[in-house]
Amino acid sequence: MRLAHPSTVDNLVEIGDLHFAYGPRTILKGINLRIPRGKVVAIMGGSGSGKTTLLRLIGGQLKPTQGSVKVDGEVVHELDHNGLYRMRRKMGMLFQFGALFTDISVFDNVAFPLREQTDLPKSVIRDLVLMKLHAVGLRGASNLFPNELSGGMARRVALARAVALDPALVLYDEPFTGLDPISLGVIGNLIRSLNDALGATSVVVTHDIQESVKIIDYIYLTANGAIVAEGTPQEMLASSDPLVHQFFHGEPDGPSPFHYQSRPYADDLGLRSGHG
Amino acid sequence: MVDGLLRAVRLVGAMTIDGVWRIGVGSRFLALILLHSGLSFRRFGLTIRKIFFSGVLSVIIIAVSGLFVGMVLALQGFQTLQTYGSTEKLGVLVALSLLRELGPVVSALLFASRAGSAITAEIGLMKATEQLTAMDMMAVNPVARVVAPHFWGGVISMPLLATIFSAVGIFGAYLVGVVLIGVDDGAFWSQMQEAVDFRYDIVNGLIKSFVFGIAVTAIATFEGFDAKPTAEGVSGATARTVVTSSLVILALDLVLTAFMIKGWN
Repeated sequence: MRLAHPSTVDNLVEIGDLHFAYGPRTILKGINLRIPRGKVVAIMGGSGSGKTTLLRLIGGQLKPTQGSVKVDGEVVHELDHNGLYRMRRKMGMLFQFGALFTDISVFDNVAFPLREQTDLPKSVIRDLVLMKLHAVGLRGASNLFPNELSGGMARRVALARAVALDPALVLYDEPFTGLDPISLGVIGNLIRSLNDALGATSVVVTHDIQESVKIIDYIYLTANGAIVAEGTPQEMLASSDPLVHQFFHGEPDGPSPFHYQSRPYADDLGLRSGHG
Repeated sequence: MVDGLLRAVRLVGAMTIDGVWRIGVGSRFLALILLHSGLSFRRFGLTIRKIFFSGVLSVIIIAVSGLFVGMVLALQGFQTLQTYGSTEKLGVLVALSLLRELGPVVSALLFASRAGSAITAEIGLMKATEQLTAMDMMAVNPVARVVAPHFWGGVISMPLLATIFSAVGIFGAYLVGVVLIGVDDGAFWSQMQEAVDFRYDIVNGLIKSFVFGIAVTAIATFEGFDAKPTAEGVSGATARTVVTSSLVILALDLVLTAFMIKGWN
């Protein structure tokens, strides 16, 4: 399944020649990618490779310095405030640490987007919230507060909140980080099953390989602010490209160096003459 | 030597630019709050909750402080007035001090440390835990949904709290002056009633506390919203809220008093 022929595929997200920099610090250098409707696509890469920045650009939280992000045919950074909010109503986002509202209950957290964005009667909202909580297996926890939940439960509540309005596009920021193996499997299955049940499209930013290859249709691998490889999980695992191989087999050193860019070691220790 | 001097000059320059820049950003933030205030009134329940958060929860500290300030004023005032043989003016002295100055100023200072710091900490922590970003991503404007209700809650609470402070203070002065020391009951109240002018004393005091309320909550919400999303960032922002608000309250008081003093006699 190559995605190199956009004319034949209906893409929900299209990113073209995307550059981004925080001041003088360049984060993304010419990203091109397409995310077809109905698929679960992963953006993978080491820490600091610009994955989360890419997600923020898709959500319109940041503006690109060059290039564009198109969601559902609209260029995100050209939308005004109202246009952006109209677009975000079609999106759900799962934050790395859940970002649940800590002063209201699990029920109210999931009900929040419904109450803010719709005029539905109370009883309908109640039913919808319980359905979403049921889908993530936490209907029984609806009266608990976020500080009473385990990390995995909080992530599931946040997931229920993210899909409360049945979004067309769900963005996941590191959904597998810091979870025990059981919760990991639960979240992975939920991402897949919710995507298919809602007919949504999912973008998963992650560096977890074990869990994500089971549920993902297509992978983009980023390094140093660019896409360095793409393919299905099987293709990536079998790839002979040294960088892809290093990443997918977790080798500490390789094309992606173990050491952060630095002066020669001997210089830093003052071991070279003529230097002090 | 020259190097050190240059560095000092540069530091002063940088601090000045940074200060002016913050005032600019802060003012723009205040404008943004006003622009997005519609929701605070359309769904007044949101604002009511914040009135409880910053107003009702401050009542105890405001009332107790008012009581003590009034009692001390009565003791000090009686001592001084006795020298001139006009202790029956005690009610006037206490009421005017409280209504014109101490009520608005002291209650605003207490409000800044009790409610202002709480507002900054709450908004700062919501920012640090990405709750504000999450809201924004749900197409709910955090300025309209969180900041503006806090702002209006504080602005509405402040004059009410100052009024409670003055009222309780006058009661405290009554307890000490009349009940304890034995100043004439009738003189205490009637002289007060005669000397206190509704327009120039009470309304002006309310105007002051209204302005202080705007200043404190604008600073508190701005510091929270602008806080670095770290533990240190939020604690620094909370401290800055209390310091900046207190200084701004005192400076504004000088300006407002200068404008109002013409009406006094």
